[in-house]
Amino acid sequence: MSQLRLHNLQVQQRPPINLEIAAGQCITIAGPSGCGKTQLLRAIADLDPHQGEVQLNGMAQEAIPAPQWRCQVGYLPAESAWWREQVGDHFTDPDPKLFESLGFTLAWLEREVSRLSTGERQRLALLRLLNNKPKVLLLDEPTANLDQTNAQQVEQLIHNYRQIEQAAVIWVTHDQSQHHSSTAHYCFKGNKLEQITWN
Amino acid sequence: MELIQLTPWDLSIAALLVLLLAALSFRLQLGIEKQLLIASARSAVQLGLLGLVLKVIFTQSNPLAIGLLTLFMLLVASYEVMNRQQRRYQGYWGMGVGIFSMFLSSFSVTLLALLVILQADPWYTPQYLIPLLGMMLGNTMTGVALSLDSLNQNAWQQRASIEARLMLGDDWHTAIAGIRRNALRTGLIPIINAMAAAGVISIPGMMTGQILAGSAPMEAAKYQILILFLVSASIGLGSMTAIWIGSKHLFDERQRLRLDRLTQPKR
Repeated sequence: MSQLRLHNLQVQQRPPINLEIAAGQCITIAGPSGCGKTQLLRAIADLDPHQGEVQLNGMAQEAIPAPQWRCQVGYLPAESAWWREQVGDHFTDPDPKLFESLGFTLAWLEREVSRLSTGERQRLALLRLLNNKPKVLLLDEPTANLDQTNAQQVEQLIHNYRQIEQAAVIWVTHDQSQHHSSTAHYCFKGNKLEQITWN
Repeated sequence: MELIQLTPWDLSIAALLVLLLAALSFRLQLGIEKQLLIASARSAVQLGLLGLVLKVIFTQSNPLAIGLLTLFMLLVASYEVMNRQQRRYQGYWGMGVGIFSMFLSSFSVTLLALLVILQADPWYTPQYLIPLLGMMLGNTMTGVALSLDSLNQNAWQQRASIEARLMLGDDWHTAIAGIRRNALRTGLIPIINAMAAAGVISIPGMMTGQILAGSAPMEAAKYQILILFLVSASIGLGSMTAIWIGSKHLFDERQRLRLDRLTQPKR
């Protein structure tokens, strides 16, 4: 069971946000750039100072040591960063099945990061994150730089991961493309987060 | 051997050379003449004043006056450390990191030298204390300034990588370890170069001074070796302290990277 709960979460003077995401649930958040989507995800991952409460399975964020919290609440930024030359230096105990699900093999671990395309880097960053087995996924436009085939593979992988691990997922997109598997959609109107319903 | 006394006339000849250089810079539009003249004037005034102050302090040997002078030296060194940073810490930390790390390193190494090695009597004999401390502070200042500049510049440039590591569950030590190592190396390179070149490429300033003042070369060499070792210990200790508390201050209690604690570079 992993349930993510935001109670009056406030980032940089914006209106407080209340949200609850059940285990295995996926919600999308849309809105124009600069409306605070990324800031929201960074606050949930505890990368920026914020007010209000974030809870995972009833445990408050500040009750868990920060590195442990970030292991469980995995954040995938829109642009991935790498700190060593080789892909493999960024993985501990990589799972070959995970690699195959996005069309990679473990041979990719030998590659140099600087020679990868943006899309390859983005997909490998997702694998790097999932390798930690987080209970919550915070995804910042994970398919933005991908062609259709790769985007579908990534969506499928996230869908499967969510079901098997019963993970809660927040999926940030700047367009309104709806993911068939999401159960709720939110949108920033001005700087307020509102739920969207389609009748 | 008697020390040859320098007359004002002797100093004027040397000053003329500097003026000539400034004129040349002006003529060739190199733009360095203003800085050069200000720095030369500063050094002449500062050293002249130091000479006067030391003359008084050496004759009186008053512990309070000596203490105040060392504090003044520490503050000026810390100010210079802060001034050489592209991105310095906001608020008290700007000066504080330098004061703390240099006090810890330079003062304790000087104390060790006075109490254990030189065994001056009394231990605060200004003829030993002031020049020793000055050499420690002057060199440690460079090391600490270089280390902190490297630490903060690299943390700024590599902030995406540092945060990527935090996101994946690394603690702050691991996330900044490489940058810290680099910072320490940067701080220690000048003294390592100086030790490697000593005696072969350059005769260090202190040894030159002692020889000019009539000391036996072997005595001067022994003193110089002592100073080089003490100085490297002080630089190493000071840089490590500054890097340690400086890098800790880049993160908050939730191990978030807080680059908002640094100022923007001028320009």
